[in-house]
Amino acid sequence: MTAPLLEVRDLVTRYETGGFLRGPTRRVYAVNGVSFDLAHGETLGLVGESGSGKSTVGRTILRLTPATAGSVRFAGTDVLASEGAALRALRCRMQIVFQDPYSSLDPRMNLGRAVAEGLEIHRLVPPREIEARVAGLFEEVGLDPSYMARYPHECSGGQRQRIGIARALAVNPEFLICDEPVSALDVSVQAQVLNLLADLQKARGLAFLFIAHDLAVVRQLAHRIAVMYFGRVVELAPAETVIHHPRHPYTQALLSAVPVPDPARQRVRIVLTGEPPRPSAPPSGCPFHSRCFHPMKNQRCLDELPLLREVEGTMVACHHAEYAAAPAATIPVP
Amino acid sequence: MSNLLDVKDLRIEFPAPAGRLAVPVDGVSLTLARGETLALVGESGSGKSLTALALLRLVPPPGRIAPGSRILLDGEDLLSLDPARLRAVRGGRIGIVFQDATTSLNPTLTVGSQLTETIRAHRKASRGEARERAIALLNEVGIPEPAVRFAAYPHELSGGLRQRALIAISLAGEPDLLIADEPTTALDVTIQAQILELLDRLRVSRGMAVLLIAHDLGLVAGRADRVAVMYAGQIVEEAATARLFRSPAHPYTQALFRSIPRIDTPVERLSPIGGGVPSPDAWPAACRFHPRCDQVLPRCSIETPPVVPLAPGEAVRCWLAVREKR
Repeated sequence: MTAPLLEVRDLVTRYETGGFLRGPTRRVYAVNGVSFDLAHGETLGLVGESGSGKSTVGRTILRLTPATAGSVRFAGTDVLASEGAALRALRCRMQIVFQDPYSSLDPRMNLGRAVAEGLEIHRLVPPREIEARVAGLFEEVGLDPSYMARYPHECSGGQRQRIGIARALAVNPEFLICDEPVSALDVSVQAQVLNLLADLQKARGLAFLFIAHDLAVVRQLAHRIAVMYFGRVVELAPAETVIHHPRHPYTQALLSAVPVPDPARQRVRIVLTGEPPRPSAPPSGCPFHSRCFHPMKNQRCLDELPLLREVEGTMVACHHAEYAAAPAATIPVP
Repeated sequence: MSNLLDVKDLRIEFPAPAGRLAVPVDGVSLTLARGETLALVGESGSGKSLTALALLRLVPPPGRIAPGSRILLDGEDLLSLDPARLRAVRGGRIGIVFQDATTSLNPTLTVGSQLTETIRAHRKASRGEARERAIALLNEVGIPEPAVRFAAYPHELSGGLRQRALIAISLAGEPDLLIADEPTTALDVTIQAQILELLDRLRVSRGMAVLLIAHDLGLVAGRADRVAVMYAGQIVEEAATARLFRSPAHPYTQALFRSIPRIDTPVERLSPIGGGVPSPDAWPAACRFHPRCDQVLPRCSIETPPVVPLAPGEAVRCWLAVREKR
């Protein structure tokens, strides 16, 4: 077996809030011990609700947010320890596409220059070849090269997201983090961008960390899916296993909440009571216990943090993962 | 029985550069009966939110509702109301819940004071009575410890609770019609389900009509009695929910279904709709969907398609339907 492209181990990202005139300093764990591998050309879907820490995982891997503890290895290189030229070299190999193509482009820079920026900074091609290379990138993401002279406000959301992808691809990365790449787009345009990402993965052999809150969207591209809750991965398995045999009660609730566009196939919804815990006041034991509906929920769930362990091929962090939590009617029929 | 709401030929105009006129809502007609949920579905720029604002006469200037439009609530013409009557309708007979509870609530006032303010604007009540009523409303929308939350500021509540508080405020005037404009878009999926369930429960218990505005067809499937699909400022298809999902008639509705990733069927490559959503100051001529339509006929780019009735309360705006009718 070949070594994975990306190895993330026990990653912790802590933010400090307050301090000086803003009250007592408090430590908030956005990411709290996350581990996973990613193979060449693979897509790992990272799913969770707002505040689950999924975006922070992506940002920490790219060193856009400092890690507090843990390790990230990319193709054998220690990412968290890299500095200077080594870090710049890594950034050519790992890129990110952001959610909001409106705010991630400079409104005063034409689209051609926006895409050329990475090539110039990393001096990847001689200046006179840049224009031809950028034109090629425009074609690769399905935009006519005549768009190079346009500005972001002249483009639709879908076109801007294509530019975001072209910018990321300019430096020839092997690994792309897609942070909610389609959630700001209209439904009819969302499918165009998802198909484009699938095509690019095939053509370039890219590995994706695909971060999104929508399980149906993630499933479209992911080989494996990791579900995050409160800074931790609570379930990790091949995509179709997560969709059809979810083991963690939270994954089951998340799946049952995905709207099914067919009134004849409506399922029993698991409506979670209560709200996600607040990072500033972490609960004891299992972070999901306050909202959990598992019939076997007991004192152990309140006292002891469940660790990620394997149950029939699924990695799951629940003390009672061997036993069904939700009635079968809540799980979508394949 | 007459309808609670009757909108006919609603047209909203905005001045556009070079003396042109943008018409983001162009000839929208819809009806809503008491106790019914109608979903108005469309992508951004389709005119669905502007239609909702027009029902409260809140179209932002310089936009205006064009003469010839009609909005009847229980037979009363909302477009000719004097300011005092209009205030009684806004938040009184028609309540509205916006997408983003964070910006809809005043951050410097407690939830309770915003709620009592609305209650006292719509009926005579002492401070004590209004407070009691407010706590009862917070309880009705499922906010735990309503007496404590009454004194909370919006930032002290989670997104889901803020949206519930906003719904409580929209109920303060005891409305007959509740407009919910993308009430769950800003919320997490597990919270979305809670809010939609709440709206449906309130509709039943209060006998309100609900106009649910959404961009997500999937969200609407289990919630609405009827669905109206908007595209480029017009309703292109209207049908009972079950029929729309079983056999969508308009090519746009059909294409929309094919482009949605689904959780309940095997993964397949998606079939996107080519091109992008047109802009209100440059709607395509004739059928507005023709440049993106995969079943386009020669006449679609020349002649405006008629609204073809398919059944009572069901219609489609498409030349294909004309051909099939013959």
